[in-house]
Amino acid sequence: MTAHNFILLDNAEAIAFERVPLVSPDAFRRAVLYAVGNGARISAFFGTPEESLVSNASRKDCSARRIRLCCVLAHDAQGKLAIGSTVIEDVYPALTPDCPQAHLFERELYEQWGIVPEGHPWLKPLRFHKRYNNGHDGSGHDAPDPAIGVTDFFHIDGAEMHEVAVGPVHAGIIEPGHFRFQCHGEDVYHLEISLGYQHRGIEPALTGGPNKRSLHYMETLAGDTTIGHATAYAQAMEALAGGIAPPRAQAIRGIALELERAANHTGDLGALAGDIGYLPTASYCGRIRGDFLNMTALLCGSRFGRGLVSPGGVLYDFDTERLSRLKDKLQQAQKDVTSAVNLLWEAPSVMARFEHTGALPPDTAEELGLVGPAARASGLVRDVRYDFPSGIFRFAQIPVSTWGTGDVFARAYVRWLELQRSLSFILGQLEMLPAGDIMTGPVTPAPKSLAVSLVEGWRGEICHVAITDGQGGFSEYKIVDPSFHNWLGLAIAMRDQQISDFPLCNKSFNLSYCGHDL
Amino acid sequence: MLKVLLAALQQGYRTSTYPKTVSVLPDRFRGLPVLDRAHCSPGCSLCMDACPGDALCAGLKIDLGRCLFCGSCAHACPSGSISFSQDYRLAVRKREDLVLENNALKLAGALDKKSRALFGRSLKLRQVSAGGCNACEADTNVLSTVVYDLGRFGIQFVASPRHADGLLITGPVSRNMVSALKKTYDAVAWPKLVIAVGACAVSGGIYRDHPEVTNGADQLLPVDLYVPGCPPHPLSILDGLLRLLGRI
Repeated sequence: MTAHNFILLDNAEAIAFERVPLVSPDAFRRAVLYAVGNGARISAFFGTPEESLVSNASRKDCSARRIRLCCVLAHDAQGKLAIGSTVIEDVYPALTPDCPQAHLFERELYEQWGIVPEGHPWLKPLRFHKRYNNGHDGSGHDAPDPAIGVTDFFHIDGAEMHEVAVGPVHAGIIEPGHFRFQCHGEDVYHLEISLGYQHRGIEPALTGGPNKRSLHYMETLAGDTTIGHATAYAQAMEALAGGIAPPRAQAIRGIALELERAANHTGDLGALAGDIGYLPTASYCGRIRGDFLNMTALLCGSRFGRGLVSPGGVLYDFDTERLSRLKDKLQQAQKDVTSAVNLLWEAPSVMARFEHTGALPPDTAEELGLVGPAARASGLVRDVRYDFPSGIFRFAQIPVSTWGTGDVFARAYVRWLELQRSLSFILGQLEMLPAGDIMTGPVTPAPKSLAVSLVEGWRGEICHVAITDGQGGFSEYKIVDPSFHNWLGLAIAMRDQQISDFPLCNKSFNLSYCGHDL
Repeated sequence: MLKVLLAALQQGYRTSTYPKTVSVLPDRFRGLPVLDRAHCSPGCSLCMDACPGDALCAGLKIDLGRCLFCGSCAHACPSGSISFSQDYRLAVRKREDLVLENNALKLAGALDKKSRALFGRSLKLRQVSAGGCNACEADTNVLSTVVYDLGRFGIQFVASPRHADGLLITGPVSRNMVSALKKTYDAVAWPKLVIAVGACAVSGGIYRDHPEVTNGADQLLPVDLYVPGCPPHPLSILDGLLRLLGRI
């Protein structure tokens, strides 16, 4: 299934770093293209200075030119991850022309390390920050200090063509990003999305960790996915330490993860209704979303699950009274959300706006490597909870919810299917919560190791890759938020749509700006 | 149509009666910290060592502007000198008022009479996220839902700075948002207010001193109201807004 040369591993498994195959750039390229051609996805593809892998030099003063490229491939059907690496100096032939899902990863490599993927069709800044090593790129060009939003936007000329620029500051209470539309009348021919406004430098700050700040970076790198990213981090740490969280802690993490999904999916369904002016569902779901957040607060005091998940387990437990209160609240919310959401599917005015809007065909979704509800709405059967189960999901499976039309309706309906299944999962777990501790002893990562940790966040696959140095500190900590895979999906879904449908399409993806910008 | 009516019946009337009555917050909610130095052992720095936001300094002094309300200090403290109360009222007018030592928190006072005459019954705000993680944004957004129904206080979030009386800023103000934030501020007509919501906007929060951020809104703009928290509870934000307008 996978190309020779790459080593197979499971989700939340650690290996000694020296076991990560180091192959020639040519063999690396062939392996990735072969695997992706045979149905694999790129979960993570990143560079790290070779010298920090051999010595323990701090990455901050690193001016390395020799960069180790690592690629984590996900084989969904087999439930296996494959990882391999190569060393590149300055330039290499880009994967993107043959493998579109490498597109953003290669732009990131170029921006961070000055590695030039030759033949990349769209080598522009991604987050508009300074290079991690030094100014010039692999082809000897000096990189000027990047000015946010100043880039070579794709532009269409012609009679009656016009350009619409939106953002970074948007009309609602929403994160910043810039959208540039090439329009002919009302029709969008092309949308370019330029982000980076939210860049806070999380990945560089994580190197040298773990320390007391690490977990809080995880909780706030995309704050609406606190449980998802904190769990991915905890799993990676536990894998590196050769331990595992107690069963009760795993169940509580699962409950919190599905509460997070329920809250966000409910909010999204309400916001979709709001965007087309269907107020009953918009009003009810806005409120019910808060009910789900308050259930998380009942467990740990924070509506977003701050302080719940920690390497080694969880910090808050259920008592009998709390369990029964949560069950009552959940059953009430289940009734409320069912009556609120089902109004959507029976209102012709809603369906007329949802159906056939922003359709993304399955082959396009697959080519772009989409993840999460957006991928499943285009008929792709991929869900980390099912394909790469870890924690409680090894014992309690949640069926994968898909729909085939790839339009706004499909993205809404998949959310509704998932929401129902999340609620039955939580109710089931509350009935049979394992007894025992919620926390193991201290979690100390092993030196010179690598761990890959995947979690199905509510937006899709979260991938964390941790590499430790000789003392067990992070020499690299790579984070791939699901939004990183999916932003291009939104841009492509907008082609040949009316520009007035953009808010609706955007909401149907509801991607994270800060999760992308890190 | 019948189904819509039935749904309305089922959902019922859910707007809270705040500020007349306050709904009970969950028992594990971490609000205003309570400090009790009596049991501190001399030279102990366990809470300071555990604090991810460097909010604590020697002598058990806490800067709520940097506090993430994560509870690490309370977990680390062997003598129970720090605990977190249910008190959600945290907003202040001056940055230094967020530093708690022996004092009670000096909650935000109202605007002067003239400003209250202008904004007291109608306050329109433009929200700008400048590196926010979408948690402060989400719990600000929630104020417009039927539960809090911000409109009944005459407060509304508007789409354009031209329609706004002020900005509500979240996030540590990433360098990449500095110019957009300044332009948005400039586009608001005088007189105008600035409200910083969340540890990031107040002090940079966990991102403080990252080269990619500018350590909060007041490094760039004059701030009239600080609401600490990571993220603040919607009630903390609403309480701050109403105090500013002299409504509570």
